[in-house]
Amino acid sequence: MPETLTPIISSRKVRGRVYVDRNRCKGCGFCIEFCPPKVLSFSASFNEHGYHSPELVRPEGCTGCDLCGLYCPDFAIFAVREPRPVPSAERGASET
Amino acid sequence: MSEAIGVQPVNPVEPFLRTERMPHIWCPGCGIGTTVNCFARALVSSKLPLDKVAVVSGIGCTGRVAGYVRLDSFHTTHGRAIPFATGLKLANPELTVVVYSGDGDLIAIGGNHFIHAARRNADIKVICVNNFIYGMTGGQVAPTTPTAALATTTPYGAFERPFNLPFLAESSGAVYVARWTAYHVRHIAHSMSEAFKKKGLCFIEIIAPCPTLYQRRNHFGDGLEAMRYYKQKSVVRNGANTRDVQIDLQGEIVVGKFVDIERPTLKQAMDLQLRQKLDLPPSNGGGSHELD
Ligand SMILES: Cc1ncc(C[n+]2csc(CCOP(=O)(O)OP(=O)(O)O)c2C)c(N)n1
Ligand code: SF4
Ligand code: SF4
Ligand code: SF4
Repeated sequence: MPETLTPIISSRKVRGRVYVDRNRCKGCGFCIEFCPPKVLSFSASFNEHGYHSPELVRPEGCTGCDLCGLYCPDFAIFAVREPRPVPSAERGASET
Repeated sequence: MSEAIGVQPVNPVEPFLRTERMPHIWCPGCGIGTTVNCFARALVSSKLPLDKVAVVSGIGCTGRVAGYVRLDSFHTTHGRAIPFATGLKLANPELTVVVYSGDGDLIAIGGNHFIHAARRNADIKVICVNNFIYGMTGGQVAPTTPTAALATTTPYGAFERPFNLPFLAESSGAVYVARWTAYHVRHIAHSMSEAFKKKGLCFIEIIAPCPTLYQRRNHFGDGLEAMRYYKQKSVVRNGANTRDVQIDLQGEIVVGKFVDIERPTLKQAMDLQLRQKLDLPPSNGGGSHELD
């Protein structure tokens, strides 16, 4: 079961949720470099093979685009998109 | 960080992997795994029935793909992926047959098979991961090594002219030819799904980092440095004349879809001729050219 990093609620219409299987990571940095909003960073700690795996440092900026998942040569990270739960007051307003 | 709620989603590549064989042998920053993500996404989007997809590889680091995908697959001897795949497709025409291998395997020892499969328009999809070197055996020069690049067997730099693979594929007869780098992940996935739908020999070259041998020996940095180079130095030129897409050492990399034409496949040509010569009725409907 991969260790998960769960973003906090973002202000976007969609938000991303990133999953990292830390011990599969070999620290290449592809996901960090090519994440469009640059929300990932190397963790300070080592995984069990001695690599620094990525962590989500700006969860509110993740769009769930899954480019990290496409780039990762070690199948250690991926992301999903989920709709932001719309607060009921806002929902009422947008219908008028 | 809080826990995820509900059922954990799985990595989209996971259902396509023999997870019991993970972690794989590829080095940190090797680009082969990146291409496998694209392959998995392309299989999902093209909705092919997975029991009708077969992957055939030769020997090499890239050749390992056949052993890692949870699909019918065959890891052939060095250079022989294409003849195996051609036979597989002729014997079982309902399969989508994908050849997934390295530049050395496909174009050096397997080069003759490659040009003839393209000439005959065998209905196979050839994915060539080009890291400019023989990875698995320790970084020897390949027919794709850019002139002046260092390899274990060219300590003063390669002095031969490398193949321009899209040009080779097109002039040999391939009906679909594209080139991307491992940086172009969405384009790769898109090209792969186009190739899955198309009949005939489709060739996709993917320039990918071999940090351990090619990058390091040439002092080009690690895998990430290679990816930065691809990002900076590649230009998308769909429809470019394949004569003009030769890659020079650390030079510009022209990427894009270069060829997308129609031509009868090997089996279609054979069936058509047999029908005519043996006076058989034309195949009935469905665009199928099979002799039933
Ligand atoms: C008949 C034969 N000759 C030579 C070899 C040694 N050999 C294994 S892999 C390889 C080259 C692989 O290079 P490439 O296809 O570019 O794959 P990469 O490892 O770079 O992905 C060679 C020469 C072999 N296995 N069998
Ligand atoms: S899903 Fe997209 S935005 Fe979120 S971490 Fe991955 S690459 Fe960055
Ligand atoms: S791309 Fe994968 S292997 Fe590379 S740093 Fe990110 S999670 Fe680790
Ligand atoms: S030797 Fe090169 S091609 Fe082979 S796994 Fe390592 S980086 Fe990849």
